[in-house]
Amino acid sequence: MVVKIKKGLDIRLKGQPALTLVTPQLTDLYALKPTDFPGLTPKLAVKVDHEVKAGSPLFFDKYRPEVKFTSPVSGKVVAVNRGERRKILEVVIQPDGKNSAIVFKKGDPKNLSREEIIELLLESGLWPFIRQRPFNVIANPEDKPKAIFISGFDSSPLAPDYNFILKEYVDSLQVGVDVLSELTIGKIHIGVKAGTFNESVFSSLMNIEVTEFSGPHPAGNVGVQIHHVDPINKGEVVWVVNPQDVVTIGKLFEKGVLDPERVVTLAGSEIKNPQYYKIAIGASVKCMIEGNIKRGNLRFISGNVLTGTAISREGYVGFYDSQVTVIPEGNSHEFFGWAMPRLKKFSTSRSYFSWLMPNREFVADTNLNGGQRAFVITGEYEKVLPMDIYPVHLLKAIFIEDIDLMENLGIYEIAEEDMALCEFVCTSKTEVQSILRQGFDLMIKEFG
Amino acid sequence: MKLLRNYINKIKPNFEKGGKFEMFHSTFDAIETFLYVPNTVTISKGAHIRDTMDMKRSMIVVFIALIPSLLFGMWNIGHWHFLAFGEDASFWMKFGFGFLKVLPLLVVSYVVGLGIEIFFAQKRRHEVNEGYFVSGFLIPLIVPVDTPLWMLAIAVVFAVILGKEVFGGTGMNILNPALTVRAFLFFAYPGWMSGDSVWIAGMMKKGNEVIDGFSGATPLAEAAAGNIGNMPSKLDMFLGVIPGSVGETSVLAILIGAVILIWTGIGSWKIIVSMIGGGLIMGLVLNLFAANPYMELPAWEHMLLGGFAFGAVFMATDPVTATQTEKGKWIYGFLTGVLAILIRVLNPAYPEGVMLAILLMNVFAPLIDHYVVGANIKRRLKRVKVKS
Repeated sequence: MVVKIKKGLDIRLKGQPALTLVTPQLTDLYALKPTDFPGLTPKLAVKVDHEVKAGSPLFFDKYRPEVKFTSPVSGKVVAVNRGERRKILEVVIQPDGKNSAIVFKKGDPKNLSREEIIELLLESGLWPFIRQRPFNVIANPEDKPKAIFISGFDSSPLAPDYNFILKEYVDSLQVGVDVLSELTIGKIHIGVKAGTFNESVFSSLMNIEVTEFSGPHPAGNVGVQIHHVDPINKGEVVWVVNPQDVVTIGKLFEKGVLDPERVVTLAGSEIKNPQYYKIAIGASVKCMIEGNIKRGNLRFISGNVLTGTAISREGYVGFYDSQVTVIPEGNSHEFFGWAMPRLKKFSTSRSYFSWLMPNREFVADTNLNGGQRAFVITGEYEKVLPMDIYPVHLLKAIFIEDIDLMENLGIYEIAEEDMALCEFVCTSKTEVQSILRQGFDLMIKEFG
Repeated sequence: MKLLRNYINKIKPNFEKGGKFEMFHSTFDAIETFLYVPNTVTISKGAHIRDTMDMKRSMIVVFIALIPSLLFGMWNIGHWHFLAFGEDASFWMKFGFGFLKVLPLLVVSYVVGLGIEIFFAQKRRHEVNEGYFVSGFLIPLIVPVDTPLWMLAIAVVFAVILGKEVFGGTGMNILNPALTVRAFLFFAYPGWMSGDSVWIAGMMKKGNEVIDGFSGATPLAEAAAGNIGNMPSKLDMFLGVIPGSVGETSVLAILIGAVILIWTGIGSWKIIVSMIGGGLIMGLVLNLFAANPYMELPAWEHMLLGGFAFGAVFMATDPVTATQTEKGKWIYGFLTGVLAILIRVLNPAYPEGVMLAILLMNVFAPLIDHYVVGANIKRRLKRVKVKS
């Protein structure tokens, strides 16, 4: 089946990663960030100076203690960085280079029971890779999802090419898919870019249901794919996993240890050599960017420019991220900017001229390009959201905290990333994604 | 440029909280953000880059789209003035006369309206919204040229406070602010606004004698009176060489604005097209009955008359007061067109129906959206029922 996505937007940015893979020396610090998991109340399992192995728990979910978050490497806990009101931001590990790991049970997932599989995923700390829709939070091990969705391509700006990343790992990918098959009562759905299936790493996989998607971003968003294949109704749960995380899950069952290897793209206009790096979960970005960035005031983003999280120059790659983007900060005043032709900047508006340059790659900075206003312009969000949802009405329902209305307008079907383009195009500079998250928090509080 | 920036940075603390001029914070902020795009950056989680489109840019596009109508309107005011009093005048004399007539209207509209906007922005600790830059520009274009400035000032006060600020300011208002000004003028001062003299600069003044045989009646008034034969040529009506409100007469100038609005996507083409469609269909329906000469007027000629074109392009498309859903825009525009012609032809008390039609549909816009969104909700609920 081919689903044609018509609405959306491809933002063409400078700094596309080249298809080359490097393995840098990994001597820097590692960290796991509880803030990567929305809605989580973390409880520490270690203290500073504790020795840990790959697979030892660092913290766990206060309300679901079986959900553990484990160290990707062996070493010593050197810091627990806290923010306002002592909120835990990072648990930092100094690796000892021994690579000693906790040994879990290994085995063919087909011979294991559902309970044994879940137990193994929880113990090893790989469970958090499985997220649920609605609300895009870590899946509840007690749920039986109606299906599990994996998006086989990333359509966001400067995104990694999963076929390039995964080509070495097809066997582990199959094991991972077999693991996931045991968890759902339905199918494992994989969304691939239209016309690329036969050459893709997914072509040899068994037990999967493939749907092809054509069209601009967010066609590669798993939420958009779910919406077009099997939309989520009230009371239903779907789980989603990133393809590279399926490989990590597969490796656990093959080897019996946590293998934290992760391929990440370093991209963006301020990178001298944008390409792929083989690092590990939670690694510091330092090893990739040292000597590889241009001068100036820069923003380092774990993730892509539409949904990522700002990190410091020595910050850590986020738990779910396969991409690090570096772009210029935009904290300068632009004289009469709003009246200028701005030939070098990208805009969806025809009052600027980027529509005249369909092949040009643009440099975008972090300036808001205007002040925040009430909603005035209409019909903007609808052009970039390929879902049967009224986005502004949904946001307004969140403003007034009307649970019934949020439910009726489709809050179960959407995640922040699906409306990231709405945030990008918004003339009123509304913080769409954080408003959505407030709505999700409200729903979770209401229904537990 | 650096000098100016440094100067702004130097005086800025005076306008911030605790500064000497804190009460002018909004004014300062409005001027600063007008000169410079703020250095605000995106938050640490979410979209790190934003489109270069902002409210100032959208509003300046509407502003530019209105300029042809304004310039033509200035010339036209002078043209009719000198015609009425039987004087010969050059192109520049006509334009200069109109310019001096329209400028005070613009100044009053902006000074009064922006004053109120800034006051409310300061009270609410908001930034001054750009919405009034367009409203303030539209107002002089849709009132008769001889509207006394004090009347205009009162109407602006009424429209901005009761039409907009009580609902929460730009983005929250139900009625189009500029049309509210016009509606206020016509209902509060009917003695001044009715009749034919108010459209020609100078005719309202006592002692001014127009030349014999000059009426000053707008084509709309002639049509309403059944004097179809007295109407000007279609070319004159298209070009706009007819009496009327300052900016509404030239369909050609309005079309230039329409192209700009539709091309940039800032005005909804769906509303413009569906309103014209609604007007044409209503005109054809009236042709079927054809009970009087006005009802026999070919449907397409209605597009040239009165404020229909101006209303469709610049008034009905106001995104805040129109429907917000795309399907809703079709319905809203169509009904506005139908009502405009219906009121225009069948209502004996008031020759122009466009203003009332748009204001009425402004009120109904949320209801149309309610049903469009309601259909979405029903689709979602139906999906569950089909499954279970």
